[in-house]
Amino acid sequence: MSATGIGAPVRRKEDQRFITGKGQYTDDINRAGQAYAVFVRSPHAHATIKRIDTQAAAKSPGCLAVYTGADIAADKVGGLICGWMIHSKDGSPMKAGAHPVLAQGKVRYVGDHVAVVIGETLAQARDAAERVTVDYEALPAVVDVATAQSAGQAQIHAEAPGNTVYQWHLGDKAAVEAAFGNAKHVTKIDLVNNRLIPNAIEPRAAIGEYDPGQDSLTLHTTSQNPHVARLVLAAFIGLAPEHKLRVIAPDVGGGFGSKIFIYAEEVVCLWAARKIGRPVKWTGDRTEAFLADAHGRDHVTTAELALDGEGKILALRVKTKANLGSYLSTFASSVPTYLYAPLLSGQYNIPAIYCEVDGVYTNTAPVDAYRGAGRPEATFVVERLMEVAARQTGRDPAEFRRKNFVTSFPHATPVIMTYDAGDYEASMRKALELADYAGLPARKAESAKKGMKRGIGFSAYIEACGIAPSQAVGSLGAGVGLWESAEVRVNPTGSVEVLTGSHSHGQGHETTFAQLVSQRLGIPIDQVTVVHGDTDKVQFGMGTYGSRSGAVGMSAIFKAADKVIVKAKKVAGFVLEVPEESVDFKDGIFSSTATNKTLTFPEVALQAYIAHKFSGAQLEPGLKEGAFFDPTNFTFPSGVHICELEIDPETGTTRIDRWTAVDDFGTLVNPMIVEGQVHGGVAQGVGQAMLEGAVYDRNGQLITASFMDYTMPRAGDLPSIKIAMTSTPCPSNPLGIKGCGEAGAIAAPPAVINAITDALGHEDIAMPATPLAVWRAAQKSPTKMAAE
Amino acid sequence: MYAFQYHRPQSVADAAKLLASNSEAKLLAGGHTLLPTMKQRLAAPKAIVDLARIAELKGIDKKGNALVIGAMTTHAEVADSAIVRSAIAGLAEVAAVIGDPHVRHRGTIGGSVANNDPAADYPAALLALGATIATNKREIKADDFFKGLFTTALQDGEIIARISFPVPAKFGYAKFPNPASRYALVGVAVAQTGSGVRVAVTGAGKDGVFRHTAAEAALGKGWSAQALSGLTTDANLMMSDIHADAAYRAHLVGVMARRAVA
Repeated sequence: MSATGIGAPVRRKEDQRFITGKGQYTDDINRAGQAYAVFVRSPHAHATIKRIDTQAAAKSPGCLAVYTGADIAADKVGGLICGWMIHSKDGSPMKAGAHPVLAQGKVRYVGDHVAVVIGETLAQARDAAERVTVDYEALPAVVDVATAQSAGQAQIHAEAPGNTVYQWHLGDKAAVEAAFGNAKHVTKIDLVNNRLIPNAIEPRAAIGEYDPGQDSLTLHTTSQNPHVARLVLAAFIGLAPEHKLRVIAPDVGGGFGSKIFIYAEEVVCLWAARKIGRPVKWTGDRTEAFLADAHGRDHVTTAELALDGEGKILALRVKTKANLGSYLSTFASSVPTYLYAPLLSGQYNIPAIYCEVDGVYTNTAPVDAYRGAGRPEATFVVERLMEVAARQTGRDPAEFRRKNFVTSFPHATPVIMTYDAGDYEASMRKALELADYAGLPARKAESAKKGMKRGIGFSAYIEACGIAPSQAVGSLGAGVGLWESAEVRVNPTGSVEVLTGSHSHGQGHETTFAQLVSQRLGIPIDQVTVVHGDTDKVQFGMGTYGSRSGAVGMSAIFKAADKVIVKAKKVAGFVLEVPEESVDFKDGIFSSTATNKTLTFPEVALQAYIAHKFSGAQLEPGLKEGAFFDPTNFTFPSGVHICELEIDPETGTTRIDRWTAVDDFGTLVNPMIVEGQVHGGVAQGVGQAMLEGAVYDRNGQLITASFMDYTMPRAGDLPSIKIAMTSTPCPSNPLGIKGCGEAGAIAAPPAVINAITDALGHEDIAMPATPLAVWRAAQKSPTKMAAE
Repeated sequence: MYAFQYHRPQSVADAAKLLASNSEAKLLAGGHTLLPTMKQRLAAPKAIVDLARIAELKGIDKKGNALVIGAMTTHAEVADSAIVRSAIAGLAEVAAVIGDPHVRHRGTIGGSVANNDPAADYPAALLALGATIATNKREIKADDFFKGLFTTALQDGEIIARISFPVPAKFGYAKFPNPASRYALVGVAVAQTGSGVRVAVTGAGKDGVFRHTAAEAALGKGWSAQALSGLTTDANLMMSDIHADAAYRAHLVGVMARRAVA
């Protein structure tokens, strides 16, 4: 390992500009003649729009234009799409209502887009927006996912009777029923996976521009996948053909999934820019982010685990209602289906699994992928069940898991996935040791002396990352392929630009991708620049989400760099005057057994461009190669997290005392960045478990619409995290990378709740386990467990 | 935010004149409530009179048996003050748990007291310590000052100049923070003063800060956490929201009172 190669904890190159305030985020960018957009949003969760009066707004000082759904319809601007087709059990396609960018006669959640006002200044646009009067006729709101399908509930979209988008299932129902019939013990739990609001530091923003000379559009936006945004804006929404539309996602301050999706605001900014002939900028404020960014999670689930007399799992049965919100966001349909149920086997040998999921409309903000996307929900089901089943049958939770671990690979689960590599026992062993599990009884006794309740909770998680083999996802209903592209452009002086379809919004790609290329080409890391986020520079790409940029994005770069080396060897052969086959390339030096002369990488690069040593008939000049990488399988990061905490039963305050994270991410490119991803993931997972929860009242008003009421995790809420790694390299990509971006957020929630329930002595507490919830739960007497 | 006139007078007299000549003017004394409200367009004062440059409103002093704090003294200055720490150490602790470092370096004691947020920390301290609020026109006892949610005895044109705290024999404050906002979900201040035991509760009461007479009676018999073990608080008088229902708040009042004494 070199000081900057794969495996080195290289300091992040991009941090110089971020820490010194030199980042260029969308809101930092201002275009000549720029005007400002302000959206008029629905104050109602569900209402018919009887009339919109824009006259007073249009006369407001500095108002350039006011547009409503009628203008959008007149210009035939398409609606937003959902890119993954799900079929119900009966074979029928999902029932989706239209998702207009400005409301067409009806609003369906608080924050829904009713009109847009364009002003000379932001303040003038706001003033004008206040003068738009909308006459609403309020309709009853449907808020609760558990009852949204019941008779008598208001109908949100005419296309989806009973507010049901789909009734999907996966697995072998008959085999599961048979297994439950033979079970010696059945553990049944009811779970709520609480609704979360992503809250990236940078709110969403967009600048639309129209160039009449070129008849082309440019969009600067906060996107995790600018090429996918361009594809949707061109092919489905119809704003401009792809070659006449440039999408730039400059520095982006966090996404966590919420910036994957194509939203109404960027469509409207682009469309309005052409209409008024000026650039149009919108920057969301925090309230808009709370109300109208896609939320995450929001499941209600019943799950049952069947065991034999020896504590071996026989079968798993899961029934989930997933809240999809008021409209189907870009990937909403896939999150509670194909990103969820295929993970229900966890790290365990489960012979039969059957999962049913109802996707449900409600009058709440759209729900879509949020860090982990489906996999935290699955892990919460599996790991809560494992803990409760162990307690009910008098088994040690670690031993019970071990007894059921998958131990040979490849392992085909009954729910689509084939696990390719892993060593779950190794992670468990290391985690137990680091957490000093043996010392737990003494620590519990110590806490009890102080009047505190101490508990420990395990989470042995698995996730499917490296999203995804295109053919596989295509067969499951995805509208896109999920490969990645890369281009390695070598300059005549030997410096390199790496163009990638991945997008960095906090992940550190400018460092990690440069580590790979610098090592492969044997050049200093400062000779490598990573270019991303601009559809005019990078030909195409699928973007960053699902922990895919290492496993898929870097594999594409690896392939492109390999092609560069192949070509460079040819050049070196001509320069060294030796046969191409005799040229060896190692650590940046071209050599040959046929000569004692050598060439450095920059020397060969120069020769490739001056082309003096070979003719055009022999070799093309230049040194630039591209590659597409389509994985052959998902990757399967896994690990064991152990949370140990102490509850003050007098106040309900919970203090996490110890956190042990043992993860298997395969090859680590930059262990420092990986640790950071684990820290951030655990923080968000602890946030879900103890702090965060979106609350709508029965009228569909978002109560937690600011940081005054929505609790984000703070440094003080977290312990110092003990991190260790095990490694079984991934066999389905050339680097052995599995991905690490979501692991913490997937692992953490069940670890916390398992620890809290251990401390309380009963299972009756839901997320978020706030002080109020814990205090209430502490009033209940512990359930007598079989173990006691 | 709507457009407004901004004034930054150098003296209390000038500030008072500006207030008198602008009927819709608001005083800016840190701004951690006023400015966010203006940014959200929920408040639209025509004029802002910023008190930040008025030297006579600043400073911490010990005068006889009283600790005197100028209205424009920031929470951080109170928290870090050696004078406060030696006179009423617990009051420095009250200031130290307000908000976060940003808030503590902008927010002021006068601003907090004048706003009388039902979940603010200072009102409980003033009430428990039997402080006196001196304005440009008169002196007001804390007992007469806090009049319910965001309501005080201050009249139009009245500007808080300083707050005077008689040094107590004992003082303590225990706060259970709202997990999201870090305002007091329940905050209890206890003091043994020349006029007896005084206990004030913030964050919990439907009508804002209040004196807990049952707790005062119990502590009057013996200054110990033990003395409060049977204390009950009427849940009907408590606020209820997603972070804490009335029963939990009523329970926490007892817990925090005991911890404030301990």
